Amino acid sequence: MIHVIAFYLFAIMVVCSGALTILSRNPVHSVLWLILSFFNAAGLMILIGAEFIAMLLVIVYVGAVAVLFLFVVMMLDIDFAELRAGFVDYLPFGLLLALVLLAEIVLGIGLWSAGPIELAQRAAPVNPELSNIQAIGGLLYTRYIFLFEAAGIVLLVAMIGAIVLTHRARGGVKGQNVAKQNRRRPQDATRNINQPVGQGVEL
Amino acid sequence: MTAFFQGLGLPFEGAWLLSTVIGILVICLPVMLAVAMIIYADRKIWAAMALRRGPNVVGPFGLLQSFADGLKVFLQETIVPSAASKALFLIAPIITFTVALMAWAVIPFQVGVVLANINVGLLYILAISSLGVYGVVLAGWASNSKYPFYSAIRASAQMISYEVSIGFIIITVVLWAGSFNLTAIVESQKAYYGFLNGNGFNPLLFPMAIMFLISAMAETARAPFDLTEAESELVAGYQTEYSSMAFALFWLGEYANVILMCALNAILFWGGYLPPVDWAPLYYVPGILWLFAKILFFFFVFSWVKATVPRYRYDQLMRLGWKIFLPTSLLFVFLVSGFLMLTRYS
Repeated sequence: MIHVIAFYLFAIMVVCSGALTILSRNPVHSVLWLILSFFNAAGLMILIGAEFIAMLLVIVYVGAVAVLFLFVVMMLDIDFAELRAGFVDYLPFGLLLALVLLAEIVLGIGLWSAGPIELAQRAAPVNPELSNIQAIGGLLYTRYIFLFEAAGIVLLVAMIGAIVLTHRARGGVKGQNVAKQNRRRPQDATRNINQPVGQGVEL
Repeated sequence: MTAFFQGLGLPFEGAWLLSTVIGILVICLPVMLAVAMIIYADRKIWAAMALRRGPNVVGPFGLLQSFADGLKVFLQETIVPSAASKALFLIAPIITFTVALMAWAVIPFQVGVVLANINVGLLYILAISSLGVYGVVLAGWASNSKYPFYSAIRASAQMISYEVSIGFIIITVVLWAGSFNLTAIVESQKAYYGFLNGNGFNPLLFPMAIMFLISAMAETARAPFDLTEAESELVAGYQTEYSSMAFALFWLGEYANVILMCALNAILFWGGYLPPVDWAPLYYVPGILWLFAKILFFFFVFSWVKATVPRYRYDQLMRLGWKIFLPTSLLFVFLVSGFLMLTRYS
């Protein structure tokens, strides 16, 4: 009973906030609706018992990625009228994308319920004693270790690429050497003198 | 407790709902009372270090000062600036306050005394504390004012930076305990060298305890890392446009977060509800008192630092987070996992 109420609550919130993401006029509001939909998707994950994925969704997407989105969007200077003008032009393309996604979901579910994936699952079911994290870790670091490491390398290359593209060496920048600053003592910087009257200070 | 209400003739779902709501109240009301008293303690400690008296008028020794302040802000008018985004302006303090209370759901006060004893307790706390930044960012953006906006940008960068190192520090503790469950983490800290309770006595984890304390200060935007409300630069940061209860909610949320971070320090590194020494008579003292004592000690450290250390510059804050804490905590993840591979899992 509570499961059912919770499922419909989360599902309705995901769909509504997803729709409001593309319908709201202000881009910051769009990002906020997107965050709400991420959060409710995490709720759905908890309902099917994938608590680890749910927590990762909140930590990574809501806690980091969406903050960066918000960070960028908040500082953009956007002409709302111009943004709305493109809506009709992009509508067919958007509908096409939505159709492709729908077809993929239908195909995926069809293959799952009829194909060899589910059979493989039945042949080697996940041990229900294991917690989420242990089960995922066990697969990720044994069977899929090379794919996992390859994904890590792809991300590393992407990061280095982004740094190379945006980094430029600028002249005339004054950097601070913290170790040098900490080594500095009062006697290096100041000096006590007994100044005679009527003479200038020697600097 | 669910079983007790089922015994009264309620169906399982009703009994579960009722007992959970009671559990939430039993945790949240004392936390809010503790927040009121800890604000008083903070002001007293700060005053003592500045050779002042601090609050001493309302009630004996000024004990009722926080309640008088609460009544005052409650009776004030909530002013919403005309250029502000009204809904978000009012939602922001609610988010800060709610999120600060939500994380208490997984804190174990004694063996088995916890509202939600979930497998991924520590990840839940990490997830909830990463939501905390939205209160600040939304407040800054919705105010439609320059200084709050600067503050929001600073807050988002600062919290993301320190969450990374907090994540790595937590991983070292999780590796040692072999679990994300907070009760299991506390239980794993029993009897170092046969008589000490607490990961902090482990030479591999002690540096992490210090770094966690500092990162916790940065994550809750307490002095010396209170760049988000640096009054000499940003008026009052994201709270500039707020008044009355909306302002009070930020205040309460901030202190609830500080107490939570003190509790996490105690639970992750100093044995939580376990007595500091593994000696049978000490176990007769209820565990919740040990936890409170540790929370109060860490809160004293927080106030002490606030009263004595000058505020960081923003570039120094970023340097500390990314260039010092991140590599060091990564190194310790490597060291701890290497040590465990050598000893426990080989």
